[in-house]
Amino acid sequence: MKVAKENQSRRSFLKNAGMSVGALLVTSALPPFNAILFAANKPKGKGIWYGIAIDIEKCIGCGNCAKTCKTENDVPPEPFFFRSWVEQYTIKNDGTIKVESPNGGIDGFTQSVPDGEIEKSFFVPKMCNHCAKSPCVQVCPVGATFESPEGVVLVDDTYCIGCRYCVQACPYGCRYIHPTKNVVDKCTLCYHRLKKGLNPACMENCPTKARISGDLNDPESEVSKFIKTKNVYVLKPHLNTGSKLYYNALNQEVR
Amino acid sequence: MPIQLKRLLILGVVLVSIFLILKYLMTPESFGQYGHYRGKALDEVAAYPTKYVGSETCYDCHDSIVLAKSEGPHSGIGCESCHGPGFKHIEDPETEKLDKPNTRAFCAHCHAFNKARSEKAITQQNILEHNPEDNCTECHNPHQPQQ
Amino acid sequence: MNPQFEHLYQALTKVDGYIYPNEIELSWSILIVLYPFITGLVAGAFILASLERVFNVKSLKPTYVIALLTAFAFMLVATMPLIFHLGQPLRFWEIMITPHLTSAMAIFGFVYLWYLMVVLLLEIWFDYRADMVVWSKEATGLKKWLYKIFSLGISDVSPESRRWDDKLGYIVTVIGIPSAFLLHGYVGFIFGSIKANPWWSTVMMPVIFLFSAMVSGIALVMLVFMIVNYIRKQKIDMLCLDTIAKYLFYIIIIDFTLESLDQIHRFYEAEESFEIISLLMSGKLFVTLLIFQVLIGMIIPVISLGTMQFYKPKEKIRQGIYLVTGILVLVGIFFMRWNVVIGGQLFSKSFYGFTSFKLALIGPEGFLMASIWLIIPFLILAFLLWLFPPWKKTQEEHVSVE
Repeated sequence: MKVAKENQSRRSFLKNAGMSVGALLVTSALPPFNAILFAANKPKGKGIWYGIAIDIEKCIGCGNCAKTCKTENDVPPEPFFFRSWVEQYTIKNDGTIKVESPNGGIDGFTQSVPDGEIEKSFFVPKMCNHCAKSPCVQVCPVGATFESPEGVVLVDDTYCIGCRYCVQACPYGCRYIHPTKNVVDKCTLCYHRLKKGLNPACMENCPTKARISGDLNDPESEVSKFIKTKNVYVLKPHLNTGSKLYYNALNQEVR
Repeated sequence: MPIQLKRLLILGVVLVSIFLILKYLMTPESFGQYGHYRGKALDEVAAYPTKYVGSETCYDCHDSIVLAKSEGPHSGIGCESCHGPGFKHIEDPETEKLDKPNTRAFCAHCHAFNKARSEKAITQQNILEHNPEDNCTECHNPHQPQQ
Repeated sequence: MNPQFEHLYQALTKVDGYIYPNEIELSWSILIVLYPFITGLVAGAFILASLERVFNVKSLKPTYVIALLTAFAFMLVATMPLIFHLGQPLRFWEIMITPHLTSAMAIFGFVYLWYLMVVLLLEIWFDYRADMVVWSKEATGLKKWLYKIFSLGISDVSPESRRWDDKLGYIVTVIGIPSAFLLHGYVGFIFGSIKANPWWSTVMMPVIFLFSAMVSGIALVMLVFMIVNYIRKQKIDMLCLDTIAKYLFYIIIIDFTLESLDQIHRFYEAEESFEIISLLMSGKLFVTLLIFQVLIGMIIPVISLGTMQFYKPKEKIRQGIYLVTGILVLVGIFFMRWNVVIGGQLFSKSFYGFTSFKLALIGPEGFLMASIWLIIPFLILAFLLWLFPPWKKTQEEHVSVE
């Protein structure tokens, strides 16, 4: 009798142990599978959560944003490296579309299409969208590019291995390989300025105040009001990148 | 258990342990503090020096110009938008002078006719025909351009 | 002008339409073409070896060890192009120490190690263990020491221990097949999961990569098998060669079907990116895609290998045909990788234009360096064949495992 009882308790112990080991295995095996849920997850932002708004109707294509960005952030001056640039879209009467961005718009724009042939023309300033489900953060193999707690996508240039996977993953062409640092470089939304209570350089120096940034979680912020009162649209919404760069009066031709 | 399996298991355990020790030793100190990245990287990015100091700083010395500008159509434009970054100038105002751009091409960046510019957004001129011989600043005060 | 940027200024003049200003230089160049190519050879060669062992295709027996050693030689080199293309090659260890699990590239490090250490190395080890013990007694000098170290100090060659070798080797092979699928499927996933790039972003990508890997690996083993026999002046086992060619033929057909399906789907759905992609295929990729990849790499081999299935000319002629076909297939698969990697970066993600690519001759991303990465595996293979000559193995037959 006693033996049988002992056996039973041993069996139940083994059963319990087996179950807890099994549960441990299952839960420890789960995280790698959670890895596929990056873009399927809801963005997390609590507290201050930066977003950007650009008013295309106000942009006059002076290129000051692109120019000051290069100065403020020591972006290499050559015309292959941009954290911020401006595109000039011209839709002709025959329906063809011409897009130009000579030197990112830093030297200003001239209209190369005769006025009579133009149906519509406008400028589109481009910069990092600081996506909430950034494809670039998703694919970084080492955790050198990441989203700060404030929703700003940053690069740790002492840790980046320069594999360029993020450059491939960014649908907006906002990343480049720094020619001397040999790591990836991108817009930081002037994180160093934000932290000092200053505006990003491109916004500080925009003569028409066509671009603003601020806290999306604060309903009273300028950005939140902009988004509420205007017909805003993000670039490539079908890719579900969680872009936090909202354009007013964006044309469907813009990609 | 056959001897080959025993030896391989020992080898495997040794290799995995070496890997785990290396992982422990080589993982940067602040890694994982906020997420899958070096927490210290946030401070490092934030420590980058600023170059554009803002119009409020300019006001400390050049108050008359800033005030004059604030009455005209250029009131919303920061000083450094035209004059360039002031970080060196505020350290050493005598030798580090800022740009005083006065060329037609500079003004044309904003004011040349271009279908892409909204007429509501900005005053535009045909810069090839409008007094082509003169610099804009000969007639227009850049700080109070309505004159 | 800084000479560092000269090629970029040149590329700037060749931009066609509008591209984002950061897109002028291709991020991934010839080295990243080599990476899926070499990894594919590994996976393909291993799967051929498994055919013999697991699926018991007896006529492939003479290629078993050669296929394994070929896979191993290429596996050792597979990550080198990857590491050397990094902007910071000395930081490559971060990918193992702090892998970011949402990144396909981070997982690849572990998939690679699993495949190299646990599958390939173990399978070869079990196959050679007893032989190494025997050889370590006969050999002298360096070879003797290498055998001693590699056999992990085990000197047991009893039939019992050999049965264990065989049994464990078999288990590893069974694990190895899904691992080989995983390895190359993962390489495909690295490209297929980039939603920003419509040329890459397709669920078919891992499957296509897998089957093209099998095509290239089988073709490579076929060539190595023939060349080894030529060099050793041995008569080639034609039954074996015909069988490899038969498998190659069928798998090319599957691969061709899958790739066609992918393109047909692309044309039929004709999404937003369709216009730029059709311009890409008829323009910048015309020669490498339609001529090299499809005509040389698929259609001609399908015709030549297909003919061999019901018309068998003399052995010498057949060998010649297999030799040429094998080379054509490898060229074709190389350009398949080229078209994926380079082609996917030639058009702008704005879909409004193209940049250009010119392969440099010298430099770390140049033609010569790439050639070196392709030659090294053959040198390693030659070394492995010298150290572990399959033809000197004592144990001929695998003990059947039930």
